[in-house]
Amino acid sequence: MTTTGTDTHRGSPTCLPIRSDMDLMWIRQEVRRLATEAQFSLVQQTKLVTAASELARNTLVHGGGGHMEATVLNEGVHTAVRLVFADSGPGIADVDQAMSDGYTSGGGLGLGLGGARRLVHDFRLDSEPGRGTTITVVMWHGGVPPTRQAI
Amino acid sequence: MRVSEQQIGDEWSSASQVGQALRHRREQIAQRWADAPLFRTVFTVSRDEAVEACKAVLDALAEVAEAGRVEDVDAPGFFVVREQLARMSASRARTGLSPAQIAGEVAALRSSAVEHLTAELEQEPTAVVHGALLALTTLMGTLRLVVMETALSDGAELINRQRQQLLEVATPVIKLWDGIVAVPLIGTLDSARSQVVMESLLEAIVAQQAKYAILDITGVPTVDSLVAQHLMKTVAAARLMGAECVVSGVRPAIAQTIVQLGLDLGGVVTRATLADALAFALRGLGVGFGPTSQGAVAR
Repeated sequence: MTTTGTDTHRGSPTCLPIRSDMDLMWIRQEVRRLATEAQFSLVQQTKLVTAASELARNTLVHGGGGHMEATVLNEGVHTAVRLVFADSGPGIADVDQAMSDGYTSGGGLGLGLGGARRLVHDFRLDSEPGRGTTITVVMWHGGVPPTRQAI
Repeated sequence: MRVSEQQIGDEWSSASQVGQALRHRREQIAQRWADAPLFRTVFTVSRDEAVEACKAVLDALAEVAEAGRVEDVDAPGFFVVREQLARMSASRARTGLSPAQIAGEVAALRSSAVEHLTAELEQEPTAVVHGALLALTTLMGTLRLVVMETALSDGAELINRQRQQLLEVATPVIKLWDGIVAVPLIGTLDSARSQVVMESLLEAIVAQQAKYAILDITGVPTVDSLVAQHLMKTVAAARLMGAECVVSGVRPAIAQTIVQLGLDLGGVVTRATLADALAFALRGLGVGFGPTSQGAVAR
């Protein structure tokens, strides 16, 4: 997550805790607010909020709680919202398996991770068993800029 | 060891001195406290009522002090006045005061108590007066904590009650036609809410002998996999009872999101609007319309 892009400006990040179902509601509202601020279309807003809801619930249910950091990025005419979900839970042993649709360890539908990846433009998962999981997603408004930094 | 025993002994005697002083000066301090906003604005019927309330608090403080538990929030002496303190802080909170401001009002009671304690111990050596003042300060700090605690637990209880009320308020089951019931879902569909929805819907299906149940999600801002799972469980349960379920209010943005998320709602009848769902159900029931109202079911 190096941020050396000369044209990339970013607002100050918002950090929200993920410890209970009430926090999930707060996260959805906050992400919707940021997406509106970044002038996302209604479809884009809905997709980002849904992805955030899935990932935040994973952080809560599988990671035992953590936090989300949200930042609005600007690169030329392109605007993006970046969300980072971090927990210090047990981590994911088999990432490919966890990403596959229908696989679940928590009694859900098993669509959270794979679905969230399809809903956003950039998706990165860092996990190590015993060390927790960090998932970074980015959604661009006005198309994905060709010069964007790898997240 | 001698020193610490000595110290404990001193603290003990300081505390009991405070207790005695509070009892001795009960009337005077109560008269002063009755004019403080904390009591004056809560006990408005008569001044005597406020004075009585002050005396109750003073008696409790004296008892706690005499028991040597000036630092103990859970001292038995406070039990008697806990309810009264809760009522007072709730009443102050209703006028728009923050917990910190209420705590400030409790702290403001200290000065008149200190004044009377100093007057009471006029003849005593300075060290004794200091010890007693320290004990009284600690005691008043503890009283402040007790008030804060009751105020906060009151708030938590209120939130809990409102959450329960919201669960019931937000899930009305509406009879749209003979054999057709609908639930307009509003807000977040978490596990607790969806349980209530399922229960009230299944009960309504029995009570109304409904053949069709419509779940309208127009008011649900986010449909993620958990919400979808709850919806599908409700649909499956309704089906087991012989009612066909229709999910309506699927907006364009929600539809696109559901597809990309990979949710398979294939087994569920869905419609864009509540009107479409009602038309579907009416057709299913074989409800006929005269030529004049043909337009209403033209879809």
